[in-house]
Amino acid sequence: MAAHLSYGRVNLNILREAARKELREFLDKCAGSKAIVWDEYLTGPFGLIAQYSLLKEHEVEKMFTLKGGRVPPADVKNIIFFVRPRLELMDIIAENVMSEDKLQPPREFHILFVPRRSLLCEQRLKEQGVLNSFTNIDEYILDLIPYDGDLLSMESESAFRECYLENDQTSLYHTAKGLMTLQALYGTIPQIFGKGECARHVANMMLRMKREFAGSQNQILPVFDTLLLLDRNVDLLTPLATQLTYEGLIDEIYGITNGYVKLPPEKFAQKKPGEGGKDLPTEPKKLQLNSAEELYAEIRDKNFNAVGAALSKKAKIISAAFEERHNAKTVGEIKQFVSQLPHMQAARNSLANHTSIAELIKDITSEFSSFSLLSLSHFLNYFCQVLPFSSRVTSEVFFDNLTVEQEFMTGVDTDKVNTYIEDCISRKDPLIKILRLVCMQSVCNNGLKQKVLDHYKREILQTYGYEHILTLNNLEKVGLLKPQTTTRNNYPTIRKTLKLWMEDANEQNPNDISYVYSGYAPLSVRLTQLLARPGWRSIEEVLKMLPGPHFEERQQLPTGLHKKRQQGENRTTLVFFLGGVTYAEIAALRFLSQMEDGGTEYVIATTKLINGTSWIKSLMDRPEAQIS
Amino acid sequence: MAFVTANWNPLGEAFYRKIELYEMGWNLKDGLRECLVAAAPYGGPIALLKEPQRRSPSVRPQLEIYSSSGVAMASFPWKSGVVKQLGWTVCDDLLCIQEDGTVLIYDLFGNFKRHFSMGNEVGQSQVVEAKVFHSPYGTGVAIVTGASRFTLATNIDDLKLRRLPEVPGLQGAPTCWAVLTQDRQSKVLVATGADLFILDYTACTAVSPPGLSPQATSIVHMCVSFSYKYLALFTDSGHLWMGTANLKQLNVCVTFFFASDRHFIPSYHFSWCRRPKSQQPSVVIMWDGHILVAGECKNTISYHLEGVSILVPELDGVRIINGTHHELLQEVPASCEEIFKIASMAPGALLLEAHKEYEKESQKADEYLREIKEQNLLGEAVKQCVEAAGHELEAETQKTLLRAASFGKCFLSNFPPEPFVSMCRDLRVLNAVRDYTVGIPLTHTQFKQMTVQVLIDRLVYRKLYPLAIEICRYLKTPEYQGVSRVLKHWACCKVQQKEEADEVIARAISLKLGEAAGISYSEIATKAYECGRTELAIKLLEFEPRSGEQVPLLLKMKRSQLALSKAIESGDTDLVYTVVTYLKNEMNRGDFFMTLRNQPVALSLYRQFCKHQEQDTLKDLFNQDDDHQELGNFYVKASYKEKAQIGHLQSAVDEYNKAKNEFAAKATEEEMRLLRFQKKLEEEKGESLVGFSLHDTIRTLLAVGLHKHAEQLYKDFRVPDKRYWWLKLTALAEKEDWEEIEKFAKSKKSPIGYLPFVEICVKHHNKYEAKKYVSRVTPEQKVKAHLAVGDLEGAADAAIERRNDGEISTVLSRCSPSTDRALVERLNRAKATAAKK
Repeated sequence: MAAHLSYGRVNLNILREAARKELREFLDKCAGSKAIVWDEYLTGPFGLIAQYSLLKEHEVEKMFTLKGGRVPPADVKNIIFFVRPRLELMDIIAENVMSEDKLQPPREFHILFVPRRSLLCEQRLKEQGVLNSFTNIDEYILDLIPYDGDLLSMESESAFRECYLENDQTSLYHTAKGLMTLQALYGTIPQIFGKGECARHVANMMLRMKREFAGSQNQILPVFDTLLLLDRNVDLLTPLATQLTYEGLIDEIYGITNGYVKLPPEKFAQKKPGEGGKDLPTEPKKLQLNSAEELYAEIRDKNFNAVGAALSKKAKIISAAFEERHNAKTVGEIKQFVSQLPHMQAARNSLANHTSIAELIKDITSEFSSFSLLSLSHFLNYFCQVLPFSSRVTSEVFFDNLTVEQEFMTGVDTDKVNTYIEDCISRKDPLIKILRLVCMQSVCNNGLKQKVLDHYKREILQTYGYEHILTLNNLEKVGLLKPQTTTRNNYPTIRKTLKLWMEDANEQNPNDISYVYSGYAPLSVRLTQLLARPGWRSIEEVLKMLPGPHFEERQQLPTGLHKKRQQGENRTTLVFFLGGVTYAEIAALRFLSQMEDGGTEYVIATTKLINGTSWIKSLMDRPEAQIS
Repeated sequence: MAFVTANWNPLGEAFYRKIELYEMGWNLKDGLRECLVAAAPYGGPIALLKEPQRRSPSVRPQLEIYSSSGVAMASFPWKSGVVKQLGWTVCDDLLCIQEDGTVLIYDLFGNFKRHFSMGNEVGQSQVVEAKVFHSPYGTGVAIVTGASRFTLATNIDDLKLRRLPEVPGLQGAPTCWAVLTQDRQSKVLVATGADLFILDYTACTAVSPPGLSPQATSIVHMCVSFSYKYLALFTDSGHLWMGTANLKQLNVCVTFFFASDRHFIPSYHFSWCRRPKSQQPSVVIMWDGHILVAGECKNTISYHLEGVSILVPELDGVRIINGTHHELLQEVPASCEEIFKIASMAPGALLLEAHKEYEKESQKADEYLREIKEQNLLGEAVKQCVEAAGHELEAETQKTLLRAASFGKCFLSNFPPEPFVSMCRDLRVLNAVRDYTVGIPLTHTQFKQMTVQVLIDRLVYRKLYPLAIEICRYLKTPEYQGVSRVLKHWACCKVQQKEEADEVIARAISLKLGEAAGISYSEIATKAYECGRTELAIKLLEFEPRSGEQVPLLLKMKRSQLALSKAIESGDTDLVYTVVTYLKNEMNRGDFFMTLRNQPVALSLYRQFCKHQEQDTLKDLFNQDDDHQELGNFYVKASYKEKAQIGHLQSAVDEYNKAKNEFAAKATEEEMRLLRFQKKLEEEKGESLVGFSLHDTIRTLLAVGLHKHAEQLYKDFRVPDKRYWWLKLTALAEKEDWEEIEKFAKSKKSPIGYLPFVEICVKHHNKYEAKKYVSRVTPEQKVKAHLAVGDLEGAADAAIERRNDGEISTVLSRCSPSTDRALVERLNRAKATAAKK
């Protein structure tokens, strides 16, 4: 079920199994039948750890969503609340407990705090007078959730906002704790590098925690050689840019949450010829996206312009495989063929799905994407109907947007009011899109001239409403928007030194990470790449221009645990993005892992998988509905 | 070696041996006569209270504590009430149960620790008899009062008194009783005359042991085995009944010749003497200078005793202590018996013999060895020797056996080394603690049952820190379980040395403990604080690496500021919150805010808290910090939540002005102006406008045809022309007011060009209108415009005219090869010429 977690360089299934074991142990602590009341936010992340079947095996009979009033009737012995340690949730729980029907046979209450129990919350329950109603109050330490074979996420939506806007370092504490758990399972990581204030804070906490646990020396041979902690605010630019990898675009357009994407259903209608008139499904199509799917693993990190070719190649292989049946003459051959059928059918379904997704994306991006699905259509008619549908308008918007982004990234006219942005505001395009562009211009210009900045702000306030003054203020606080304080703009220096813009990005057969943004090489990943070779010493000057300190720490290993590296064996680096990472950055790191002479393989960890939209959204302040 | 069996005595199938452990180091004038004695199991300490009944205030009884070897550990005059019973807890604390039901607890060195009572009702009736017992739940106490009521506490550290039900027909003290532990509950077994009852928490059940002689009129003694599995009863008819403790199974019932002589009965001591796994039940009975071992068979072993003695039951035997000696009486362990029994041909015996011959350099060694090997029993032989070594107390015998085992091992290829190695280690430890100066006479069986951890604890209780550390190091116990733990105890003891200065102690502790792994300095500090040494506690806390651990104690010591900075240091925000909440309740508001002000991390966390929980406090916080920007934001937020919108906005403007945020102040003023306008218009025209942005307001006005008002807003708010044109165009197009659009287009030169006109018409599916504007589009956008209205021909013309390669390609991509063949050719030609240039 989670086999794909164990295929990577580091077997992340160990972590998942450890988490599952802990969950089972807790469930068994509450003997008898049970119902779980979920903090809704947690269901997604939990889905990555355990399916309903596991809960069912441990006598979980009902599941509810946490809300005020009374817990719905259920003939169970135990009611377990799975919640984050938030005060507002405690109040709801207290209400639930107090309004429990006294006439019914009593049910036992339990709380499982995720990821950590909190004195503050328990205090609140005590004030509400319900603390003693709970048989078990426990914590379920779920910091880093295995997301894919090389990817860990804390799935903490508000981490960036809390750290950089509200100066609340709770998520950093959880990060440090999570890294300690990781080290307990995979050995002490001997080298820690970092850049940024938060990175420094996490590293400090880790070293402190290590001292605290000095008694229990870790006797596991280290799996990771290096840990690199990167603050998101070291590289504010990358998430603002539109991702151009296949997975990145799916996320940009439809949004991937907890490994799932919901897609418009039209293109997935499995219609056989002759049944044309049937109703189209209206429910969005939900698909799980991870490396367990062979085809997806192959194409997810490609530039979208290279996806068409890959799909058609795959189509040929599959149809050739189906043709094999004509060659199967003997009973043995037929048997052989039949035994492969399930695999082939799965591959065919997977191909059909991704062809549909690719088309959906193509409709939106077509001027950008030059690939043709023509070669595919012959094959596709085999089993799924192609709906020729193309909207020039959306694709043009996409193209224009991309052009402006690339102008900013290459430093064209970043110091003037941009007409495209103005036009977008005039047309009242989605606010987040505007904010993404304005922020991008500001970042690429190391701040905007006061006049330019005020103009944008005024335009936004007049068009979208004055309440957004709070959001603008937030963006200024985290540095995404800022007035230019010095005349010197150091972004061009950074861009040139780190080679952030590659004119001749090869999208089909990439030779550099810049392919993920069709020209722009993500700064964060460039820093990672340079750390491995030739080392950060070569870019001291640039590092000083980026916010926050950069540092290196070493953790002593007990004698006997020093790795003896085989000739040609790659190093393993864990890159932790504090404040979120995009799919395109992950793709870039995977590209580096696969480079033949790279010498380093990467495992990626983050507080949350983000894209420009979800990221900006997390920074917005929306006062509650107006009183009219 | 020849003497190994000298002290063996046969009883039925088995042998018993009595080994001297120590010659007692104490100097007791009258031996143990008229003493209340309690000796702890597992070779624990011995407590003596001389003449407990002596009540005259001038001559108080003396309470003395000794090690098992008789080394004095404490001695002090007893000043409290009459002691009925002494006993030891599992943690080597002394329990003194007084007549009035009070139980006083002392440590090994006679320091008073605490006291508790066995119930108020005991007062008048007084404790008649008391027993201390051990169970998996800890140390328990059971008493019977003059009113014939039993009270029981299973664990004195978690005191829950259980008053047991009355026993029918019982008046005064019962003839005898014992505590059993069954079904996870402690029960009392009582005998009144010949009747037996089991008392649990709720009921009193009569029981009759199967096979008990009917001649008995009274059960005069009873005892329960160390493991609570077996029970022995002794009746006035001289019958000894031995069976399982659940009284279901009789093992043996024997009659003794002497027992009819009831005269001796009261002075009997009675104890089980049974090894784990032994098949033979046997008890030891002691009376007046005699000791008797009785088992299944008719005959008994009897020893003569000197002076008054006491019996201390152990897991694998009985210890006998008198005024001068300390002995162990036990069944000879199987492996020892196999090896040392006269004329034994067991493999172990042969191996021992072989090794002896080998030492003598005699070839007989080979013969013996061959004999074992022929039977394929060399492994067994080695095992026997190793085991037997464990059961022997003499170092020489141990060595001989181990050497033989090691010799035998040489001829084995696959013999696992662990048993031999660990036995050598265990013995080294055992010999060290058996030493006279330490005085813990543990057998190997006891040691294994007790575990190293507990042994270390016992050494720590005796303050034998160096030995404990040596043992930990020798056994390679993980630091945090071993050395660190000992050091922590040492430090806890050190902080109690009142005569030394804080500085000195703190330095001594940090020197010795240094970076030792897993030391909990906070525990040591807590101890220091409990001893009233707050300053020392703070000094010690400084060494604590886990700042989280420091916090609770610091709060307890009212060092809340320090606690706050430590909580912040730990990074655990929950802990910070905890301290902050504590401070909030402790301090007055002003001081509280000042404290937070110096701790930015705590301040921002508290702000977070207030944002969700206490909006008003949030405002106060910003106020005190003169954070006008945030105050401004606060009012803006409030304006969306509360009624007095304009008022809040005005406050926001004021704050933004104070914050010198000109832009925000102006924007908010603008917002107020808009709001007033909207309200006014709502009243006048009944259009719902409040809550709309300026953009949407104008749009609505245009939609409903209030062009003048829209125009007014456009001018008042200085909306840029471009945006206004876009806005008006979209609004009109939505209304499909094509006439108005045409008028608008002609009103003056469009600041947004005419492509948007084309596009918006197309968007609303009016190509006819769209075409009107194509001609006015700038040359650069001509191609786009033509394409938008679907005029390929026009697009082609425009593209070719402009000789723009990209545009030509765009047009080409729209042409279908079948229908627009001529056009495609033209375009291709143009492309070719463009390329040439």
